[in-house]
Amino acid sequence: MSVAVEIKEKEPKTEPKKMLVTGAQGVLLSLLEEGVDTIFGYPGGAIMPIYDALYDFSDSLKHYLVRHEQGGAHAAQGYARITGKPGVCFATSGPGATNLITGIADAQIDSTPMVCITGQVFSHLLGTDAFQETDVLGVTMPVTKWSYQVTRAEEIPEAIAKAFYIATSGRPGPVLIDITKDAQNATFEFNYKKWKKIASYFPVPKLKQSEVVAAAELINQAKKPFVIWGQGVLLSHAEEEFKAFIEKAGLPAAWTILGLSGLETEHPLNVGMLGMHGNYGPNLKTNECDVLIAIGMRFDDRVTGDLKRYAKQAKIIHIEIDQAEINKNVHAHVAVNADAKEALQALLPLVEQREHKEWVQSFFDCYKIEFDKVIREQLFPNTPGLQMGEAVRIISELTEGKAVLVTDVGQHQMVGMRYYNFKETRSNITSGGLGTMGFCLPAAMGAKVGAPDRQVIAVIGDGGFQMTIQELGCIFQYQIGVKIVILNNNFLGMVRQWQQLFHHKRYSFTEMVNPDFVGIAKAYGIAGSKVTEREYLQGHIKEMLAHDGPYLLEVVVEKEENVFPMVPAGDSVANIRLD
Amino acid sequence: MDTAPNYSDSEERTYTIFAFTENKVGLLNRIVIIFTRRHINIESLTASESEVPGVYRYTIIIRARYEQVEKLVKQISKQVDVLRASFYPEDETVFQEMALYKIPMTSLISGHEVEKIVRDSYARILTVDPQYIIIEKTGHLEETKALFEQLKPFGILQFSRSGRVAITKHMKDLSTYLREQAEAHL
Repeated sequence: MSVAVEIKEKEPKTEPKKMLVTGAQGVLLSLLEEGVDTIFGYPGGAIMPIYDALYDFSDSLKHYLVRHEQGGAHAAQGYARITGKPGVCFATSGPGATNLITGIADAQIDSTPMVCITGQVFSHLLGTDAFQETDVLGVTMPVTKWSYQVTRAEEIPEAIAKAFYIATSGRPGPVLIDITKDAQNATFEFNYKKWKKIASYFPVPKLKQSEVVAAAELINQAKKPFVIWGQGVLLSHAEEEFKAFIEKAGLPAAWTILGLSGLETEHPLNVGMLGMHGNYGPNLKTNECDVLIAIGMRFDDRVTGDLKRYAKQAKIIHIEIDQAEINKNVHAHVAVNADAKEALQALLPLVEQREHKEWVQSFFDCYKIEFDKVIREQLFPNTPGLQMGEAVRIISELTEGKAVLVTDVGQHQMVGMRYYNFKETRSNITSGGLGTMGFCLPAAMGAKVGAPDRQVIAVIGDGGFQMTIQELGCIFQYQIGVKIVILNNNFLGMVRQWQQLFHHKRYSFTEMVNPDFVGIAKAYGIAGSKVTEREYLQGHIKEMLAHDGPYLLEVVVEKEENVFPMVPAGDSVANIRLD
Repeated sequence: MDTAPNYSDSEERTYTIFAFTENKVGLLNRIVIIFTRRHINIESLTASESEVPGVYRYTIIIRARYEQVEKLVKQISKQVDVLRASFYPEDETVFQEMALYKIPMTSLISGHEVEKIVRDSYARILTVDPQYIIIEKTGHLEETKALFEQLKPFGILQFSRSGRVAITKHMKDLSTYLREQAEAHL
């Protein structure tokens, strides 16, 4: 060790400040300047100079060849969500870039920092309908936080520096840099400068003490205060401040699905999940509390139900970094337009020590009702077929709540998040706002790459799994050790549930005749097994968790299981149904 | 953001939205899709360099409810390349539009009526050609419309009206706003 240090100290500082490189090399050097070491991507004509340059950078930049660009985007999302660093993905022009769009839209609505770099046709061909030419800036504009087209190599460092700054600052989001092939080929003098400020961009509002004081006053006077928190708590790394705040003021707190894992599931003030398939208490009590304290969340319609009947009795405090979210869906009596961490730090000394014992207890009384009517039979069923809930419970127990749970979209997603007993923050990765089926498998892949030492479990439905099934190829090639659990009911379960409840059981195109999933995994060189009976479930899950490397477990669950509780779409949260 | 008078939510009014921006490719698109996505029609839109070199002023006219326009302006402000966005009801701005009317020369020769209309409406004759004349009129929409109706009997060969340009009545300048905005952020 000491020898190495000595050698390093003796090394003359010969690194030149400027050097001549190609645009393609400039892209990679810029990524290194931003601390990137992982890229998910797929090559093609218009991005070949970058891939050619990448050949020489394989020591410092690990590139994962996904099997479809959508997988690349979701993998970058999974990576970003687990590491807190921006995910990076590459795609070629035209179809390569358009395949990214679902992932970009997902990242935009779920505030995930992501830098997408797409190749583009030669600049002299722009607008000529050249081979694989798509107006990528045009088609991604509504779903990116920012985008920029580079037509000259000299622009590359600045464009990439801005991209990283914008993607990660304030409310994070995806950015896209489209680089013409001639700009990748041209040589220029590389000189990198990180960006920390853009004249027209104001990502972080200064905290106004008067707003914090007003919020504290409301909280201190409240008899039935209720906290609802979202991803803002995780994005601002405010988990500790958040916990201290609710503990001091004795505030029951419920999560949005993107806020999940920000506070351990079993914390005595964690009262559960909000929204459509959330817990009974949090939904009912939303319309009973006197002060509703929303932190880093945006009152999505799946959380609020009918806005005209949402928390009308309560004074609302909204702590939110994005000014455009304040008063967008729900009017805030006190708005604290600031970063969640900073706001909570300022709020903590101003709130008085309280317990609100009875009020907190009332959530657990609701939980008891919900447990008896819904939860028990999902976690400890006597049904002939397996239930999704029991599979999730066993996974949760065997991983001691310390795994990263990645879910897709649908019934299994709701069940997974409701019943996994999270112990650590940044452990829940799901497609919340966009509800993207096919998200899970590649996102889990990205998460495992970002956190190789953690157990990453992809819980997927049989429908969503088949939307990005090809990423088994990527998982196999790089031996990415994700554990894939398919909760297979041979149905598009959530749609079927709606058809049952709201469309007179007209099961229009929701039944699936599925392939042999374990056989597919085997063909990809991935170990796997299938379980249909309760007595073998635990054993199979144990085997999966113990397996060194990727593993696919198909759990055949009951065909027509429903997820309850449920707030029917457009109804009031107070009308939450237990059956 | 400015606090304009809080009109009752249900009432649709004409609002002028100003956005001050850097001159970037695609920014017009980014601003326009904010309206399209919400199914809100833009009545008129103009863009040109403002009093500050390099800073562009977008003037966008919409009919909407106060709450709607407030949300739109927040979304515009949020765009990375937008320096500042604000909105005003009509009575807080001074505004004009310009219209051009192309009339056949024959209608001028046949009598003095066109000349009288031009004079009375404070319009002016911009171009005279052996075949046609072009009349220019600046004013509010109703005025340029009224002139259109008056000229109609003489045969309007072409008619074109600009979007609204507008200036606020208050005395606060852009640099003061920008300074305040910068001070309110980290």
